[in-house]
Amino acid sequence: MTTTPSSGFSLAQWWKRNRKTILPPIFGIGGFLLCWQLSASLGLTKLSGPLSLWTEERTRELLLYPFFDRGGLDKGLFLHTMSSLSRVALGYALAAVVGIGVGIAVGLNNNLNRAFDPLFQFLRMVAPLAWVPIALVMFQQNQPAAIFVIFITSIWPILINTAEGVRQIPQDYRNVALVLQMSKQKFFTKILLPSALPYIFTGLRISIGLAWLAIIAAEIVMPGTPGIGFFIWDANQNGYVSDIVLGVIWIGAIGLILDRFMAWIQTRLAVGR
Amino acid sequence: MTTTLSAESSPATSTPAAPTLLRFEQLGLTYPTPKGPYPVLENVNLEVRAGEFICVIGHSGCGKSTLLNTVSGFAKPTSGQVLLNGQPIQRPGPDRMVVFQGYALLPWLTAYENVYLAVDSVKPELSERQKREIVNDHLQLVGLGTAAEKLITQLSGGMKQRVAIARALAIRPEVLILDEPFGALDAITKEELQEELLAIWNTQKCTVLMITHDIDEALFLADRLVMMSNGPAAGIGEVLTIDFARPRSREDIMEDPRYYELRNSALDFLYNRFAHDADG
Repeated sequence: MTTTPSSGFSLAQWWKRNRKTILPPIFGIGGFLLCWQLSASLGLTKLSGPLSLWTEERTRELLLYPFFDRGGLDKGLFLHTMSSLSRVALGYALAAVVGIGVGIAVGLNNNLNRAFDPLFQFLRMVAPLAWVPIALVMFQQNQPAAIFVIFITSIWPILINTAEGVRQIPQDYRNVALVLQMSKQKFFTKILLPSALPYIFTGLRISIGLAWLAIIAAEIVMPGTPGIGFFIWDANQNGYVSDIVLGVIWIGAIGLILDRFMAWIQTRLAVGR
Repeated sequence: MTTTLSAESSPATSTPAAPTLLRFEQLGLTYPTPKGPYPVLENVNLEVRAGEFICVIGHSGCGKSTLLNTVSGFAKPTSGQVLLNGQPIQRPGPDRMVVFQGYALLPWLTAYENVYLAVDSVKPELSERQKREIVNDHLQLVGLGTAAEKLITQLSGGMKQRVAIARALAIRPEVLILDEPFGALDAITKEELQEELLAIWNTQKCTVLMITHDIDEALFLADRLVMMSNGPAAGIGEVLTIDFARPRSREDIMEDPRYYELRNSALDFLYNRFAHDADG
């Protein structure tokens, strides 16, 4: 785009150049919302339409004031979200550390890989919700149980991708390390990590989505603490359907932002290579 | 099989004082395959003196790379042995540095960092200043002083090969092993690099083992040309001694009548006596 200050002319030009990327999503999303609203208005489904976010007074307040805090659980959605995000950050960070560590070990050692790969492939198929009772029995406490559910849901893509990244280190690079009799530490920092980094980040990016997906399951076990998952669960218990819709939209938006953020880090890393 | 010498070769011509550095003794190497053992090399005997420049030529798949891998330590002989200074070779090591076929440079590092990593791995005891000096000297040597800070991905094929050679020489190996180093380069770059390699070898006097497909390249560079018979169970068919005076210039050796005799006997070996379609 030209750097001239926005005159009517350059705006028109900008629109001409970008309308092909702007218009289709507007039509797509608008059409989807319209169908949804129509089906709700016509009574085809009991689910409130998107307009209910505005027409229901309770929901409208939540929509307009995400920052209010009347103490206890009576908080705006932004504050609920922050509680959830800190929980996700903890579980995800744990998953990243353990996943990368175990992934490297498994990637380097074929016997370890043969021993544990079937187990990993099996465990990664278990849904987040199924981990909840197990986590509660294991930890007997809500907070660690919730963190564990996030951890166990998000670790697998990191672990599996890291292991694959280590296995994919070109033989040539390994030979260089061998002929130079490189120390283990040098091999690790100069060859293994940089070589596997794109794979590790692919895993991290898939996992951040999963960690966020697990938040509802994780917070079901945490009644009485703020969090977006608990908010939805609570609204469900009370039958506030439009609140659920609003909560789901928040969750989707935050998930999208997290994914974009990881994608951005990924491209930054790719530039530096 | 004993090493047969051609009419042109006279035993122990160049630098008679140089001691034997490498000795292949009854070397054989057999790969296990699902269809049974496959002999790649059999009865290879060769002595290489310190400071010699040896080229190895032969049809593709005849086991040239495998032969050199027994020196670098990436392949273990199944019979016989390779001795370096009288000691059997057990594993890869920096005294036998390899210039790999695909360069094997680390793309996330600059040219400088690639060479530095090698120096730092092999000689960690040197001071920072000494290491830096070695790296810069060797990058200069291959004419890469200005491109030192470029990432490998920003370099052309010829420049990459220069970095690979600088990296190999910077750690001062006893034996330099090159697996078809110039095969992927255009003709002009190739000739430039041949001359640079020769100039560096003249000053550093390491022993060079180099695989090539190019007879002219071998005649320009080598003291001896090892010609391999076809696999399976390949061995050394013949060794040509190339005793043109050094330093060599391309023009001078091209005018020498011996050049064509050597060339013809190499061609005869490759395309008549050991033609590729011949029953191996």
